[in-house]
Amino acid sequence: MTAPQGLTRELIALRVARELRPGMVVNLGIGMPTLVPSHLPPDHGLLFQSENGILGLGAVREGGDGYGEIDPDLLNAGGQPVRLALGASFFDSATSFAMIRGGHVHTAVLGGLQVAANGDLANWTVRQDGGGSIGGAMDLASGAQRVIVAMEHTTRDGGSRLLERCTYPLTAQACVDLVVTNLAVIAVEAGGFVLREVAPGVTAAQVQAATDAPLALAPDLREMAL
Amino acid sequence: MTATIYDTPDDALDGITDGVRVMFGGFSGAGAPTNLIRALRRRGTRGITGIANNIGYGDFLVELCEDGQLAGMICTFATRASVALRSRFDEQLARGEVTLELTPQGTFAERIRAGGGGLGGVLTRSGLGTPVAEGKTTIEVDGETYLLERPLRADVAMIRAQRADRLGNLEYRGAARNFNPVMATAADLVIVEVDEIVEVGAIDPERVGTPAVFVDRIMQCPRIPVPFR
Repeated sequence: MTAPQGLTRELIALRVARELRPGMVVNLGIGMPTLVPSHLPPDHGLLFQSENGILGLGAVREGGDGYGEIDPDLLNAGGQPVRLALGASFFDSATSFAMIRGGHVHTAVLGGLQVAANGDLANWTVRQDGGGSIGGAMDLASGAQRVIVAMEHTTRDGGSRLLERCTYPLTAQACVDLVVTNLAVIAVEAGGFVLREVAPGVTAAQVQAATDAPLALAPDLREMAL
Repeated sequence: MTATIYDTPDDALDGITDGVRVMFGGFSGAGAPTNLIRALRRRGTRGITGIANNIGYGDFLVELCEDGQLAGMICTFATRASVALRSRFDEQLARGEVTLELTPQGTFAERIRAGGGGLGGVLTRSGLGTPVAEGKTTIEVDGETYLLERPLRADVAMIRAQRADRLGNLEYRGAARNFNPVMATAADLVIVEVDEIVEVGAIDPERVGTPAVFVDRIMQCPRIPVPFR
C-alpha cells in the first residue's frame, strides 16, 4: 500500500511554525527546519540561535540583494550569509553550547532520518563505518528543552521513518517530543507514539500503515489546521 | 610574552615539522585561518593531524588532501551523504588513507576548553547511547549518567581574528569567533592571522576576546575570500 502524499515540505514547515511562541529561543537544524521562519509573522517575538555563535539570527541573505556587500563574518551554521535581528548577540562556541546543553534553548527543530517510539532520534548518518557529520545535532537533541523533528514520514522506497527502534546510528536517546511529517503530527509519550493530527485528506489508518510502530490515537485527534 | 610579528603566512609557520597536530579555527568559512592553511599547503608539511570543526564545508582544509599532507582529522563535520558532494577527504577516508574521529560540536568545544584550561576531561550527556560513546567511560553524578570525554590539545593552533595589537591581544568580529578563542588556549604554539595589527592600546580592553598571554605569533594578511553556500 502506497502512503498518500500529504503535505509539501513548505506545509510541514508551516505546521512546525505553529508550535513556536513569542519569547522562545529556537535553534533550527539544516534542511527542512530552515523553511520555518518564512511561515512566521514578522512580529514573531522569537530569538533564533545559530550554534556557530549568534543569538538573534535574521533571514538568509541572497547574493546581490541590493543591500551592499555580503559580510564574511556573518554566516549561519550552514555557511549561508545572514542578517541579524534587533537584540542579536555574538559569542564563541563554548558559550553557544553552554546555551544548548544547559537547556537555555527552548526548542530545537531538527531534520530526521528515523524516530523511534521511545523517542530515539537518528539524523546524522546512514553509514555504519563511522563516517558522517554530527555537527551540533547530538548536543541539540539531548540539550534542548523540547525537540521537534520535521521529516518525511517514509523513505523514497516507502519504508517508514517512524519505527519501534532506529536502525541507523543514533543522534540521542529518548529525546524527541514531537514529530511533524507530511502525513501527521505525532507526539512521543512514555507509552510510545500518539497520533494527534492527520494531514488534510489523510486517514489515521493510512498514517498507521505508514508507521512501523503502534500509534495510540489522541482523544482529540483532528485534521491539521493549516 | 609579547607576540612576535611575522610578515607573511609562510614565515609565520617557521619551525613546523612533519607529524604536527594542528587546531584550525573557523566554522564553515567564517573565522578560518585561510592564509595559514594555504601556507601549510605550500610548506609541504606531512603527517598533519587536523583538529577543526569542519573539513570540506567552505573551508580550505581539503587542499591539504591534494598531496596527501593530512593524516587524519578530529572534527564534527567531515563527510556528506551525497556522493556528488563528497570531498577529497571523504574519498581518502573511504580508501583508508586518512583517519577520522567524529565528535559532537559542543563536546568538541569543551574538550578544547578542558585541554586549554588544565582540566582532566568533560562530563556530558551528548553522545550517550550513540556510536560516539563506544569504548568511553560513563560516570554517574547525582543520579545522572554522563560520558567522560578527554581533553584536546595540539602542538599548534592556527586561528583568525579581526585585529591584534602588537602585544597579541585579539579582537574578534561577528560569527567569526566560534572556536578561535578556545583554540587559542589549547596549543603549545598559537599563530594568528588578522586583518590588521594595531598599536598597543588601540583595542579597548573591553573588546579583547583573547588576551595576549595566549598568543605567540601574529601576521597581518589580506583575507582570502571564502565561497558562500
